[in-house]
This record gives sequence, C-alpha cells and structure tokens, in this order.
Amino acid sequence: MARNEWPLYEVFIRPKNGLSHKHVGSLHAADARMAVENARDVYTRRGEGVSLWVVPSAAITASEPGEKESFFDPADDKIYRHPTFYTIPEDVKNI
Amino acid sequence: MTDDTLRSALVDYALRLGDTSLVLGHRLSEWCGHAPELEEDLALANMALDLVGHARMWLAFAGETEGKGRDEDRLAYHRDGFDYRNHLLVEQPNRDFGHTIARQFLHDAWSVGLYERLASSANPEVAGIAAKAVKEVRYHLRHSGEWVVRLGDGTEKSRAIMADAFDRLSRYTDEMFEADGVERTLTAAGIAPDPEELRAGWEARVDAVLAEATLSRPAIHGRQTGGRSGRHTEHLGHLLAEMQFLQRAYPGATW
Repeated sequence: MARNEWPLYEVFIRPKNGLSHKHVGSLHAADARMAVENARDVYTRRGEGVSLWVVPSAAITASEPGEKESFFDPADDKIYRHPTFYTIPEDVKNI
Repeated sequence: MTDDTLRSALVDYALRLGDTSLVLGHRLSEWCGHAPELEEDLALANMALDLVGHARMWLAFAGETEGKGRDEDRLAYHRDGFDYRNHLLVEQPNRDFGHTIARQFLHDAWSVGLYERLASSANPEVAGIAAKAVKEVRYHLRHSGEWVVRLGDGTEKSRAIMADAFDRLSRYTDEMFEADGVERTLTAAGIAPDPEELRAGWEARVDAVLAEATLSRPAIHGRQTGGRSGRHTEHLGHLLAEMQFLQRAYPGATW
C-alpha cells in the first residue's frame, strides 16, 4: 500500500472526566482502529487524556474562509448578546 | 532450600527477564527514525522505552538482591555476551518491519501470560514489577497482533514476508518455556510460574491472531535455545557493541 493512500484523521482528547474532547492535531492511519492506536502513541505520551476520538478529516465540513465576513462579522456589534451587557439589579441573588 | 539458593535463583531469574526486555528494547530502538510511517516510528520507540523501563526494574532488582554493589547500569553496560541471559528470539536482527513485528508478537504473547502470573508472585517486588509491566505489554501485544493481521492478511508480498518471518523465528520460541534449577526453585517457592504452564496460553494467543492473519504457526525445525545460560547467536555481540560503546569507552559517563 503506498503511503499516500493512508487517509488523514483528526484527533480529539478528553483531558479528564467532565471536560469535553478537544482537538489536538491530526495523523495518518490505514483505518480508524489504527488511527486510535496511533493517536495513543503520538498524542498521549505524557498523560494527556482519559479518552480519545478519531474522525476522518474528510468527514468534517468546515466553514469557508471566504465566508468569514458574512459568518462572523455581524456578531461583532451585538454586544447585547453578552451577559456582561446587562446590569444586574442588586436584589437579584444567586447569579 | 537455603536462603542463598533462593537469592541466587532470584538474581538469575531477574537477569533473564531484564536482559530479554533490554535486548528487545534496544532492537526496537534501532527503528528510531527509520520506521515506515512517522506514527509507527513513535509507536516502536514507545514500546522500546517501555521495555527498557522493564529492564531497569528487573536489573535494579537483580543488583539489589545480589548485594554486590552492581546497579542497573553496571549490569546493562559492563557484562559481555556470555553473561547476558536473554532469549535468543529477541536478539534476532530486525531485518524488515514484518520480521520485527513477528518477533515482537511472539514475545508479547509470551510476556503477557508471564506477567499476568507474576503479578500474584509470592515475592512482593516481583509482583510489583509485573503488575506495572503487564499493562504495557498488553498494549504491545495488541499493537503487534494488529500488524500481524494487517500484514498477514494484506498483500501477496506482505503475507510472504510474514510467513517467512514466522518460519525463521519459530525455532527460537521453545526457549521461552524451558525450565532449569532457577525456575524450579522459584516455582517451588511460589515466586514464579512453571514456564511450561505458560505454553497453552501462548499458543492460544498466537494461533488466534495467526488464524485471522490467514497464517498458521509453522512447525519448528532446528530448535535453538541457550540464551538463558549465555550461549547466544552471533547477533548479540554486535548489538552489545553498539549499546555498550559509550559506557565502555567512557566508564561512568553521564549527561
């Protein structure tokens, strides 16, 4: 099998119970099972995690860099979407 | 049984296990930077480090038990080939990735069975080392076993390489189940299992993976043993020359 036939996988690690899996990088593997083993050997050498996910990179649908303005800029001037925009009445407890 | 007999058997036993781990670890380290894939390069180096770690524990234990002031480095770097007690299997050269994997797999299938038994040894230090090592060798077996299946049930060429590798290496596997006075003393003391009792489990693990790999365990012709008493193949000397060079040329060097 030529090496350029090995597909790319994205690797996600959950650092500890209660946290969510976080993207840490990518690697090549012949299939998902090998990808999990490779991820173990490449990304968890120093006690980084308690759980691993691998996802074929081809299965990820990403936003387009060209769409950045229409996707993300409109949020910039809507500061009322942040909770800090609102003043909390002094009588309200437990927030 | 005198204390001296038991102590001497423990030292020999620990040297056999330590040397076997050390030599195999060194063989794997020869792949560093040369493995077929970057990911596999790291996997082989990880296993090499695990094995060298096991060797450190066994050799340190052997040195302490012996009580003559030899530490793990002294034992690793300042003994000649005829003082090494490793299995002949693990000193066999890497040749190619397929042979490396076959050698690793035959060893892993044995060490998993051994360490599982040693974890309940009557000697607490032996049990402690085994309990730590067994988690790592289980992963090694999984990794080498998966590659045996991929390569055996792979292309025509990879299958031929694996069949050739098992054919070449099978003559060295009987040594793993041999017993002499050392093992018999420790078996009687409840410290180590009778090596022959490990055979059925080893055969079952090997055969299950080989069947999936569309291969079969070859008949052994020209059975070779002797490493456990210092009679080695010509390959060990070259390995030690490289591994020991620095400490031999600059004794006690540190960095």
